[in-house]
Amino acid sequence: METLKEKARILDSDGIRRALTRIAHEIIERNKGTDNLVLIGIRRRGVPLARRLAEKIKEIEGSLVPVGVLDITLYRDDLSTLAHQPVVRQTEVNFPVKGKKVVLVDDVLYTGRTIRAALDAIMDLGRPYNIQLAALIDRGHRELPIRADYVGKNVPTSRRELVEVRLEETDGKDEVVIQEKT
Amino acid sequence: MFKRKDLLGLKDLTAAEIELLLDTAVPMKEIITRPIKKVPTLRGRTVVNLFYENSTRTRGSFELAAKYLSADSINISSSSSSVAKGESLYDTARTLQALRADVIILRHPMAGAPHLLAGAVPAAVINAGDGAHEHPSQALLDLFTVREHRGEISGLRVVIVGDILHSRVARSDIWGFTKLGAEVRVCGPPTLIPPGLEQAGIKVFHRMEEALVDADVIIMLRIQKERQQQGLFPSLREYARMYGLNRERLALARKDVLVMHPGPMNRGVEITADIAGGPRAVIEEQVTNGVAVRMALLYLLAGGGAGHENDH
Amino acid sequence: MKMIIKGGRVLDPASGRDEVTDLYICDGLISDKFEADAGTAIVDASGQLVMPGLIDMHVHLREPGYEYKETIATGTAAAVRGGFTGVACMPNTNPVADNRYVVEFIRKRAAEAGQAGVYPVGAITRGSRGKEMAELADMRDAGAVAFSDDGHPVMEAGTMRLAMQYCKMLGAVIISHCEDKTLAAGGVMHEGYYSTILGLKGIPASAEEIMVSREIILAAETGCPVHIAHISTAGSVALVREAKKRGIPVTAEATPHHFTLTDRAVAGYNTAAKVNPPLRGEADVQAVREGLADNTIDAIATDHAPHAFDEKNVEFDLAPFGMVGLETAVGLVWTELVHTGILTPLQAAAKLSLNPARILGLKRGTLAMGTAADITIIDPGLEETVDPEKFTSKGKNTPFAGRRLKGLPVMTIVAGEIKYRR
Repeated sequence: METLKEKARILDSDGIRRALTRIAHEIIERNKGTDNLVLIGIRRRGVPLARRLAEKIKEIEGSLVPVGVLDITLYRDDLSTLAHQPVVRQTEVNFPVKGKKVVLVDDVLYTGRTIRAALDAIMDLGRPYNIQLAALIDRGHRELPIRADYVGKNVPTSRRELVEVRLEETDGKDEVVIQEKT
Repeated sequence: MFKRKDLLGLKDLTAAEIELLLDTAVPMKEIITRPIKKVPTLRGRTVVNLFYENSTRTRGSFELAAKYLSADSINISSSSSSVAKGESLYDTARTLQALRADVIILRHPMAGAPHLLAGAVPAAVINAGDGAHEHPSQALLDLFTVREHRGEISGLRVVIVGDILHSRVARSDIWGFTKLGAEVRVCGPPTLIPPGLEQAGIKVFHRMEEALVDADVIIMLRIQKERQQQGLFPSLREYARMYGLNRERLALARKDVLVMHPGPMNRGVEITADIAGGPRAVIEEQVTNGVAVRMALLYLLAGGGAGHENDH
Repeated sequence: MKMIIKGGRVLDPASGRDEVTDLYICDGLISDKFEADAGTAIVDASGQLVMPGLIDMHVHLREPGYEYKETIATGTAAAVRGGFTGVACMPNTNPVADNRYVVEFIRKRAAEAGQAGVYPVGAITRGSRGKEMAELADMRDAGAVAFSDDGHPVMEAGTMRLAMQYCKMLGAVIISHCEDKTLAAGGVMHEGYYSTILGLKGIPASAEEIMVSREIILAAETGCPVHIAHISTAGSVALVREAKKRGIPVTAEATPHHFTLTDRAVAGYNTAAKVNPPLRGEADVQAVREGLADNTIDAIATDHAPHAFDEKNVEFDLAPFGMVGLETAVGLVWTELVHTGILTPLQAAAKLSLNPARILGLKRGTLAMGTAADITIIDPGLEETVDPEKFTSKGKNTPFAGRRLKGLPVMTIVAGEIKYRR
C-alpha cells in the first residue's frame, strides 16, 4: 500500500491570492475587457477558483462575469480502466456558451487529459468564440498538445510526486503542497 | 460505490445503492435537456435490448439512454410464444456473449429469467421487467420523480392501487420506497393482493377511502382486462367503481399529492381522464425521468472497467 | 453362498429387535446361526446399523420413454448406492404403465440390471388421463404392486370412487398424489411470502388438503386402502391423523425434502428446488416432522425424479417439477430426524423398510428367518458433503448440493448379494 508524504509547501494563502489577482488582470488584458467573457470551473477545485477569479474581475472592472460548473466525468478517457466508476455530478452552465470567450479554470494542469475532456464537454454545450485555459499550478508532464493561457505558478515535478491544491471552500484552508509516494 | 454486475431487482439493493443510482440520474437528466443530447461515456460499448414482451416505453427509454451515452445498441425482439419453443434463453445468452455484448437489458414474461441470464454471461444484465417479479428501473424513476418534487422519500405515505398480485412495478416500488423510509400501503380487491405482504412491512387495504387518507404519493396500476376473464373480479365497471381514482377520492390525499401511473393508462377505469391530465399527475415527467434513470444504470453498470482493485 | 454380518446393531422393526448381534445369511435368505467355513464372507459391522433392506416406495425410473433422464439400470444402481434394496416406480413413462406389457417390460429390465428390486406401480386410468379405468387386474397379475396416476391426479371423484371399489377387490392400495388442479393451476411453488416476493404463481396448501380429504372420505366409504403420497402440509397431516383415529385405511409417506426444506429454498429461482408438491412453509415442515414422530406418516419415500441438465437450466416457470432423492435420502433421514431425536433408529428403519413393504404388500422389510436377505447397513457417524457429480443417477437435480450429511449407507445387500459397498 502506497502512502503519501508531504514534501513541500509551494504556495500559501497569500501566494494563491496574488497568483489569482495576476491571472485576473491577464484575463482582462488579453480579452480587452469582459465583453462576452464567461468562466467555467472544472469540478472539483476549478469551481471555487473560477468564482474567486470572477470576484477579482468584478473588483478590477466592476462587471459581473458568469461562472459555470463543469463535471467532466462522462467525458473521461480512462473510465474503462477504473475498477469503480467515479460519481457523476451535475454540470451547471446556466448560460449559452455559443459565441462566448470561455475561460476554463482548473487547479492543476498535468497530463492535459482532463482539459481534453472539458473541451469536448464544452463543445457539446455549444460553439464558443474561443476557449482559454487558466490553471493555478502547471506541473508539466503533458500527454496531449495542450497548454495553459494563464498559469499561477509553474512547478517542475517528478511523476512520483502529487500536487495537492487545498482551498478554503473545499478543504478549510488555502495552500498548495507537493506530496511524494513512498 | 456500485459494485454489482447486474441489476435484477431492488429487493437486494441497499438504501445507499439506491441513493447512488438516483444521485447519478440527476446529472443525466441535465444532459437530456441539452440541445446536443449526447456524451461519449459508453463509446464502443454494446448494449443489447432483449425483449420477449412488447414494450414501447421501456424499450424506447433504454434505447435512448444507451444512445445518449454513445453506446451501440441493438434490439432483439422475440414473441413470448417462442420462449417455450425456439432457442432456450441460456443458448441465446451464450450467443450474445459470443457477440461481445457488454450489457443485456432483458424483458421477459417469466419471473427469474434475468437471474438465469445473469448467471450465464459475464455481461451486465439489467432486468427490464420479469413476469410478476420486479421492474427495478420503473421503481427507480418513480423514486426519482418523487424525490424531485418532495426532496426526500423518507416519511412519505405511498399508496399503490390495483392488481398487486401480477404487478412487478408494485413489487419494485414496495422495495424501493420502503428501503428509503416511506410507508407503503397497497389497496385492491383480496383476489388481486398476494399473500405475505405484511411480512415485508406493507399495510394492506381493500377500500380506497381508507387507503388514500393523507397520501403523499398515489401509484395507480394498470388493470388488465384478462384478469376479469380469469375470474379475479366481476367486471371492469365494478372495479372502476371500487378502485378507480376520481376527484372525491383524490381529495382524501394530501393537497400536494403526486399521482403516478407506470402506463399505459386505462382512462375511465383505474383513473379518470381529468386526474390523469390534471395538476397532481406527474405521469409524463415519469417518462422523461425514465431515460435519466436508465442512463444512470447503464453508466454505473457499464461505465467502469474490469473489477480489479483501484489503487488511485 | 454364506455370509455373516458381525457385531452390528441389528434393527428389525417387525419384531422390535434392537440389539448388537450377528446376522447370518445363507443362499440369499436370512438364516439360523451357523459355523463359518472357508467360503463364508465375513462383514464387520461393528458400530454400524444393520436393518432390513430399505424400500423407496415412490421413484421415477423414466424407462421406457425418457432414458435420457434415467434408465432402470442407472436408477436401480443409484438406489443401491443410496441404501435401497427395492424401489416402487411410478407409471408416468412413455408409454404409460397402464397395461401388463409395460409392467412386464419394467420387471424384465430390472431383472437384467440386477441391482435393486423394482416394484412397478400401475396407472389407475388409461394413459393416466383420468377417464376410463386401466386393466388393473391384468396389471396386478403381471406384478403391479399398487396403482396411481401420480402427477396426473384423478380429478373426478366419481372416477376415483370406481377405481377404489375395483382395487378393493384386488387387495391393492391406491397411491394418491393429492392435488386439485383447479387450485394449483399454473402454480410453480408454495403460495406464501416467497411466491409473492419472487412473483411466481403459488400452489396453495388447500390444493393438497382438499384431495386428501376426498381420498379419506372415499377410502372410508369403499374400504379400499389409500396411501397419501409425499404429504406436504400441516393440514394434510392433521387430516390423516384424524382419519387413522377413526380407523379409515389410510397411510402416508413424506419425502426428505418436505421434512427438511422450506419454500425459501426457491429464492434465487433455484429450479433444483422446484418440486410438486412444492416445498412448503416452516409450520408445514414442522407438522411433517411431528407426523413422522407420532407415526401419522408411515413411510419415507424420495419421489426421486431425475431430469436432464438442460431441462432444469431454464426459466423457473418452464422447468419440470422434481428432484432426485435416492442418493441423499438416508443421509437426510439420519441428519434431520435421527440425530435430532425426532425418530429412533428403529422407527427410521421401519419407515424406510417395513412400513413401505406392508403398504405395498411385499414380503420384505423384515429380518425374520427364511425371508429374502435384503439388508442395508448404515454408518450413523459417517459424514459426507453432497456432491451431485458423484451421483450414480443420471439426474443431478438436487437442492442439497454442498449440504453436510451424517449417517450414510455403507453396504446394500440384495438377496444375499452385496450390490453396493462403500
